[in-house]
Amino acid sequence: MATSAPATDLSQAMLETVTPAADWVIVLPIALALMGAAGLMMFRRSNGIPLIGAVIVVLGIIACEIVLLSEIVANGPVSMTMGRWLPPFGISLTADIFGASFALAAAVVTLIILLYAEMDRADADGRDAFHPMVLLLLAGVTGAFLTGDLFNLYVWFEVMLIASFGLIVQGSRPLQLDGAVKYGFLNFLATTFFLLALGLLYGLLGTLNMSDIMRVAPAANPAAMAGVAALLLLAFGMKAAAFPVNAWLPASYHTPPAAISALFAGLLTKVGAYAMLRALVAVLPASREMLEPALALIAIGTLLIAPLGAIAETNLRRAVGFVVIGGIGAILAGLAMPSLNGVAGAGLYIFHAILTMTALYMVAGLVEKTTGVTDTRKMGGLYAANAPVSILFLVLVLAAAGVPPFLGFWPKLLLLEAGLAEGVTGTAPTWTGWALVLALMINAVLTLIAGTRLWAHIFWRSGPEGNGSEHGAVTLTPFGRRGQLALGATGLLVAGIVVAGLWPGPLLENIAVGAGDILDPARYVEATGLAGVNP
Amino acid sequence: MDYILAALVGLFIAVGTYLLLSRSVIRMLVGLTIFGNGVLLVIFTAGRLTREVAPIVPDGLEVPAGPIANPVPQALILTAIVIGFSMFAFLLVLAFRAYQSLDADNTDTMRLAEPDNAPNPPLSY
Repeated sequence: MATSAPATDLSQAMLETVTPAADWVIVLPIALALMGAAGLMMFRRSNGIPLIGAVIVVLGIIACEIVLLSEIVANGPVSMTMGRWLPPFGISLTADIFGASFALAAAVVTLIILLYAEMDRADADGRDAFHPMVLLLLAGVTGAFLTGDLFNLYVWFEVMLIASFGLIVQGSRPLQLDGAVKYGFLNFLATTFFLLALGLLYGLLGTLNMSDIMRVAPAANPAAMAGVAALLLLAFGMKAAAFPVNAWLPASYHTPPAAISALFAGLLTKVGAYAMLRALVAVLPASREMLEPALALIAIGTLLIAPLGAIAETNLRRAVGFVVIGGIGAILAGLAMPSLNGVAGAGLYIFHAILTMTALYMVAGLVEKTTGVTDTRKMGGLYAANAPVSILFLVLVLAAAGVPPFLGFWPKLLLLEAGLAEGVTGTAPTWTGWALVLALMINAVLTLIAGTRLWAHIFWRSGPEGNGSEHGAVTLTPFGRRGQLALGATGLLVAGIVVAGLWPGPLLENIAVGAGDILDPARYVEATGLAGVNP
Repeated sequence: MDYILAALVGLFIAVGTYLLLSRSVIRMLVGLTIFGNGVLLVIFTAGRLTREVAPIVPDGLEVPAGPIANPVPQALILTAIVIGFSMFAFLLVLAFRAYQSLDADNTDTMRLAEPDNAPNPPLSY
């Protein structure tokens, strides 16, 4: 309606006041990573500056995220709107405990990887723009964890994807190009499916802001919404490498240098899993209810198939890739049982997987570095030669399988409690509960078998295959100064995992609060400023 | 008009899927692009097709004078086109490099990362 300018009340749709400085902490991590990536591109020809600059930028990001997380723990979810339009028209970044803690874990892992990556790099390697691309990847991952808008999530997915394309072909060996073709095509197809789901969702609801979707989704046609949710499940399942669309991960993750593999394993699939958690459990709970049997079957399939693949592999990093997929199964199990324990278990598992799967790949890279081969049949007797690496590997195998007292045990415990409550002791027992409990148990045993077999073949037996019992049949390259740095970085990360597993109290408390926010999004919606609009 | 566009979307997605199922990398790439354009048309159609003026607010007014076309799908499609084009450009270069170094356009012969008859790990310790 045409009115004269002064009479229009803009406070309904526009920001009228300046955003307080404290609120900037939510957008700073993303901005820092993007600006750092752009700035470091200028220093590609110098030695040392890219690494030092990247470390400083990531330290700044970690500081921002610690402030953000403490703010969220104290006062509930934080939201900031970009531009002057208020949500649902403007794009808002909204962070709750889940998003902020995963972003923090991702930044910590990136810092460790920056130090670790020096192992495979020579002084003249600055021209390949490794550090800018790592920061760009971190920007995409952080944005995906902190955004409160589905289309914005799609954009961050693509930022992540183009950065990972650049990283996966670093070095351009034929093996990498082969892996990159599969990785590139299937991941681009996954984001295209995501875009298709967004188009249909926009047609049905007319909004893409997550808080606003929670408001209008219950009134939409449930059958159409279930179709959209199924498309989202397919797209995020492809990103997260859930069974049966997981074939691209073991085909590609072992091809780039070890540091890049580790970064991918820690960050990319977890973002897919987190997006699934956010979109299906928090934003479209009614549609998720309809998809529950499918979710449970996918989770069971992922839980059982992945460790079997790990047992049957002779290539070390491919075997570890299957262990990563197994972790995704555990997260999906939490999505199929959205009680407080189930969601908390899925969230804590994502947190644990970001740290543990990265560390697993890092140790695998150390083993490949020191033996000079990738085939486990040609390894052996490393325990006598290099005890620290073998201890790190065993700790991580136990953590990945969920053996107490390591970090992986606590999310598994929460998931098992949720499954028993759903399938055995609950008021209306369902098959999903006990089937998922069984699958989780079998997955833990199979992962232990796969991991300990790898450990026995690489470290324990006296030498490579066909060597009888002669000692010293495997020739080891000693770690240089850069290798020692990589070993130290890995040790630091594993020490953090062990400490978090021994003192899980604060983690468990905060993740439970975060899971409550996912299941009852009132505080989340209030943070975006849409609470007044909600019925 | 909606029905015509819906049929067109179906055609695009069908052609794209058919091409994606082929073994040649270049055909897959063309298929992916056609598929992506079908998805863009979905967003365009989802934004409701109206015969209205462009979404521009005249000078001196805070809100548009009359009914306008929906600007949101146009913004979404613009973003998606830019992203999709960059991905397409990267994958095209990747396909070319793969053809150069693997001497293969056929995905069946790209078996470096996943050898055809991979050996089994030893049964003993």
